[in-house]
Amino acid sequence: MNITRRASAGTMQSSDLMVYVEPAEQLDIQIESTVKKQFEHLIRDRIEAVLRQLAVTQVLVKVSDRGALDYAIEARVETALRRAAEA
Amino acid sequence: MARNSLGREVPETWQGKRYDPYQDPFTRMPTMDRATRPLVRRNPGESKILPSLRAAIEKSGLQDGMTIATHHHLRNGDLLLNLIVKELDAMGFRNICIASSSVHPVHAEIIPSIRKGVVTRCETGVNGLIGELATKGELDFPIVVRSHGGRARMLVTDEVPVDVAFIAAPCCDETGNLNGVSGPSACGSLGYAFTDARYARKVVAVTDNLVPYPASPVSISQSDVDYVVVIDSLGDPKKIVSTTTRVTRDPAGLLIAHYAAEVIEASGLLKDGFSFQTGAGGTSLAVADAIKRKMLEQKVRGSFGCGGITGYFVDMLEEGYFRTLFDVQCFDLRAVESIGKNLTHREISADLYANPFNRGSVVNMLDAVILGATEVDVNFNVNVNTESNGYLVHNTGGHSDTAAGAKLAVVVAPSIRGRLPIVRDEVTTITTPGETIDVVVTERGIAVSDKHEGLRKELLRRRLPLKDIRQLQAEINALTGKPRPLEFEDKVIALIEYRDGSIIDVVRQVKE
Repeated sequence: MNITRRASAGTMQSSDLMVYVEPAEQLDIQIESTVKKQFEHLIRDRIEAVLRQLAVTQVLVKVSDRGALDYAIEARVETALRRAAEA
Repeated sequence: MARNSLGREVPETWQGKRYDPYQDPFTRMPTMDRATRPLVRRNPGESKILPSLRAAIEKSGLQDGMTIATHHHLRNGDLLLNLIVKELDAMGFRNICIASSSVHPVHAEIIPSIRKGVVTRCETGVNGLIGELATKGELDFPIVVRSHGGRARMLVTDEVPVDVAFIAAPCCDETGNLNGVSGPSACGSLGYAFTDARYARKVVAVTDNLVPYPASPVSISQSDVDYVVVIDSLGDPKKIVSTTTRVTRDPAGLLIAHYAAEVIEASGLLKDGFSFQTGAGGTSLAVADAIKRKMLEQKVRGSFGCGGITGYFVDMLEEGYFRTLFDVQCFDLRAVESIGKNLTHREISADLYANPFNRGSVVNMLDAVILGATEVDVNFNVNVNTESNGYLVHNTGGHSDTAAGAKLAVVVAPSIRGRLPIVRDEVTTITTPGETIDVVVTERGIAVSDKHEGLRKELLRRRLPLKDIRQLQAEINALTGKPRPLEFEDKVIALIEYRDGSIIDVVRQVKE
């Protein structure tokens, strides 16, 4: 999948997250989270899994997480990527 | 360092004082007399009125290195502690200790004076930024966290002698008779300050509502008060009491409340003479609501409601569900109104409420208490002091006191808060020992301590979702993932005192 424009998905409510994606030369993942100390590694795992699944290799993903569970992270990241991809 | 009976490394000496490691909830007792205060003679015609806080500080004999106290019934609306510290700063004081009944986010205003060395020690737990900065190592301010009963114990044993207590007095006369039921800063019960008025070396009543003699009712009397000062305002009434406290509408909270009420009924305690305490949180009030309906259905007449009192408990008093309310602190306007007019709504001291070292406190007579938690571990130990990021941002309140006193201590909490699982292998900080916790209720299941085999059977008979606490933990972790443990420095920034004065845990500086 090719990322051609900026897009976002999600909310800033508790137990949700905002995902911002934009085109980039390489893969870059930036994570902010209310539970960064405890869960940054698992949040990164989920984002990377979705990127692999959609074969995205050139993108900047910025996440602002408010303690979302894995399924919410997967859904929000996938939505943001699909919105940012060429139609 | 020593290892206490819960496996926590605690110092035997800290900031120059000796402490015992925690052993168990019920046996520690030093041999000593209760503290006292100097005898004073006041003759007719002598005035206690002083023109300013500064004059009161001067007259009180306060010196560098001494200890002051305030009470926290004005909660996050309190202006007095900030005004006092500002004055101490302006007068050039150094190395003052704060032994108030609690410190709230509004008191972050004193942080510059902490950095300057005006106030340097904190013999009370803290809510908010001061604790957070201390945990991050950005503020040098050693803190000793105590429960309400533990603080009363500290005063009656003179472990922390208070040199000057400043008592915010919403209604006060020229001799120092005072109460909390009327005036622009009315806060209701003054229970925590009762103990200060009995044991502080000097007692200064500070009021924004001086009334003609005698102020009535008399909560704290003229025979205990040294000086009276009038200031413009004690606090912001909007932040002193909530206008209303409400039952939760969150479906998970309501399910938790339903389970908790079922547990209390299944325990067999819900019969004539039933006594009960809850906090003011939405889920706690939902439990009270469910219990009230059960009492109505089964025609149960309770004996007393206790603790921080809400309008919800006032209704239960006025409608005859309880004969008496024991009140150390009013949480809302209905409670403030009630304590001023209902003879059976009793204002009680922190000593009577929860001190383990007297001839019997009210918590010992509690049947059931509903408690909150930030974390619970597989041994039922509870943390309410630190957040899961390690920051010390909450005081203990009556948590460990009521857990020890009540026949049934029920912790209610959502199973997940912002991805953080409630049940841990080990809690970050032990506030209340698992030996005194009977049941943990979440929306995903109910865990019962091993000592209550009968209650387990009854819950199963009632088809309630009884789970082993490790099973509950595994189910929650399957959703959240296992959190990475926090990392701490060696430096101890706070002691968590158990109610008997032994050290149940410490808070260490967080590695950032």
